[in-house]
Amino acid sequence: MTPPQQSILIAGGIVVDPSQEIHERLDVLIERGKIAQVARTIPRTRAERVIDAAGLHVVPGFVDLHAHLRDPGGAASETMETGTDAAAAGGFTTVFAMPNTNPVCDSPVVVRYVLDRAEQLGRVRVVPVAAVTRGQSGEHLADLGALKQAGAMAFSDDGKPLASAQVMRRALQYAHTLSVPVFDHCEDLSLTGDGVMHEGEVSLRLGLKGIPRSSEATAVARDAALALETGGRLHICHVSNRDSVAVIREFKARGAPISAEVTPHHLTLTDDSVAEGEGYRTSAKMKPPLCEASDRKALLEAVADGTIDCIATDHAPHSPASKDTLFDAAPFGIIGFESAISVLYTAFVAPGVWALDFLIRRLTIDPARVVGADWGSLRPGAGADVALLQLGRESVFDERSLRSRSRNSPWLGKKMAARVVGTLAAGVDAFADPSIFPQGLFASRSD
Amino acid sequence: MTTTAARLGTSGFVHAHLLGVEDLSRSEIRTILDLAAEFKSGLVARPDERLATLHGRTLVNLFFENSTRTRTSFELAARRLGADVVNFDVATSSVAKGETLVDTAETIEAMGADFLVMRHPSSGACNFLMRHVSAALINAGDGSHEHPTQALLDALTIQEALGRIEGARVSIIGDAVHSRVARSAIWALTKLGAHVTLAGPPTLVPPAFQTFGVRVVHRFEEAVESADVIYLLRIQTERQAGNFLPSLAEYRALWGMDEKRLALTKPDALIMHPGPVNRGVEVTREVMESPRSRILGQVTNGVAVRMAVLVLLDRARSAQRSSS
Repeated sequence: MTPPQQSILIAGGIVVDPSQEIHERLDVLIERGKIAQVARTIPRTRAERVIDAAGLHVVPGFVDLHAHLRDPGGAASETMETGTDAAAAGGFTTVFAMPNTNPVCDSPVVVRYVLDRAEQLGRVRVVPVAAVTRGQSGEHLADLGALKQAGAMAFSDDGKPLASAQVMRRALQYAHTLSVPVFDHCEDLSLTGDGVMHEGEVSLRLGLKGIPRSSEATAVARDAALALETGGRLHICHVSNRDSVAVIREFKARGAPISAEVTPHHLTLTDDSVAEGEGYRTSAKMKPPLCEASDRKALLEAVADGTIDCIATDHAPHSPASKDTLFDAAPFGIIGFESAISVLYTAFVAPGVWALDFLIRRLTIDPARVVGADWGSLRPGAGADVALLQLGRESVFDERSLRSRSRNSPWLGKKMAARVVGTLAAGVDAFADPSIFPQGLFASRSD
Repeated sequence: MTTTAARLGTSGFVHAHLLGVEDLSRSEIRTILDLAAEFKSGLVARPDERLATLHGRTLVNLFFENSTRTRTSFELAARRLGADVVNFDVATSSVAKGETLVDTAETIEAMGADFLVMRHPSSGACNFLMRHVSAALINAGDGSHEHPTQALLDALTIQEALGRIEGARVSIIGDAVHSRVARSAIWALTKLGAHVTLAGPPTLVPPAFQTFGVRVVHRFEEAVESADVIYLLRIQTERQAGNFLPSLAEYRALWGMDEKRLALTKPDALIMHPGPVNRGVEVTREVMESPRSRILGQVTNGVAVRMAVLVLLDRARSAQRSSS
């Protein structure tokens, strides 16, 4: 990796930056880790290093509000190193790390560990999400003020949803004064029971226990009412079904301080994925579960009209051994960093459903806005977080190219119409696709 | 056996495993039932006969849940066809983990099993194991998913009693949502052209079952009034814990089949139950012992159907081997 002091010219690419409503062939000059200039022609002599971006799209690095890096304590599935490598390979330059680690990120010590470890590795920016309650037990609030001071930018008991409405209410009141959002994994575990997939025709056919839509939607409704009442900032994680969408739309219209995210898998897949092939595919097992076509349609409408603010991956690595098992015994979750832009471009931009600018927006300034940050822009002065994309050329999403330590993806072997070929994070080269840039981003290309 | 051989030649039964009835075509189900009927007449006429059809083959029963009845039936079927049989009863604590399952199955395969008959508490256990073993897998019940040979033997029983399945009105009453037997029976009977009705409280018979091509009703009278066959499912006592039922007494009062309720049915309607029966819950002893009941005495059909399945799988696998 290069020292961030070096000046870099990204030459000849098509710049797509929704924050400035730019979509044209431009050069980008980076100095001291920040964007210095975006202009039609910048002389090569102005930079010490040049990236040949001809034919590539140059976009702001993506922001992922929802990821599990499993560090500390989950090295069988991911580490800070493999996780941030995978993020960079997916074009993500800022990722929010959920607190369900071992130990749980519920103290300033763990928050600082996450920040320090990420900085030491120097791949991408990692933002700690701290637990709302001590040990994610759902009982006693964690020291939210101290956690914020240590560097946490959001609070969440992700994966262990707050069963007590009272605790959630207090958390929203408290977080409100700190101006920090609560990231809410909405699930009523009494409705989930021992369900392992969406309750519907497919679960009935496979004889698998179902999770009803109401498991999420009632929790969304409860917490939306609490947000409206307390004024606390609520961010609804991974919205999965039409009923939750309706609740969010209604409460947003009434002025509740709510934002929401959706994952690439909920936008593109349905519960049919569980039954695909030999059936009982554990790579289609996650929470919330994949729902039906009508839910997918509602999610697409919601992300188009802004009811859902942004896209987040819920990158959830689980070791190959833990996923190669009976469906009901397998853990919930799939990896998402390295497939996100490929999957979304292929599903929505290539066939003309979305403009490319819209997709980039939902992965950059929109998630940044949820937490009040100015990431996701190529404006002069912004941190030089940049992703280089190759669009419109078919490639196979290949297990062997994965940087993540885990393999739990439903898209392995699928054809994609886009991929990330290079990533700069704060002006540092964090990823170079070896098939395009065999000698690194600053050497000549092989294609 | 020449007629059998001739029929097999055109059966088109191509499966290397029997995981469920959902995967079978109507003609494949017919092929199994026809061959089973043939085996049955042999069983009745010459009960002690041993055939050599599967001589040299080994069948392993791998049961992660107890079922002496099903296991014995496979054992009798295999022995009658000349195969060797090994029984493995695996003590189950809770859900057997995937690795344990793979380890056990690989050990068994190392012993040279040609058929692996498995019962397991997890839905999809056979689909999972298929990736790890090469023996012919036969699903003897996986979670709430399927129990194909039970449904096939029930189909044979209905065919014998009514002389046909196409057009027959079959009502399945009880805990369909947790029942692998119900799912397999629905697939078998609808594929063979029967009109199937599912009935029970909505907690146990969700309306989404309509997508299977069956009628769903929540009133007993509606379920039985025009039925040719009334198929009662076993009620597990643990369903009370999940509030699927207020109590067994309440189930009996609303859905149990007793002599009074029997009067609501057509006079020649058949009463069936896959067993084992919770006497006095889903059906009374009097109904069980009535001449209309086919609850007991389906043992021969079970053996005959399982013989047919073993022979057809063996032929399909031999054909695959010789063509590849």
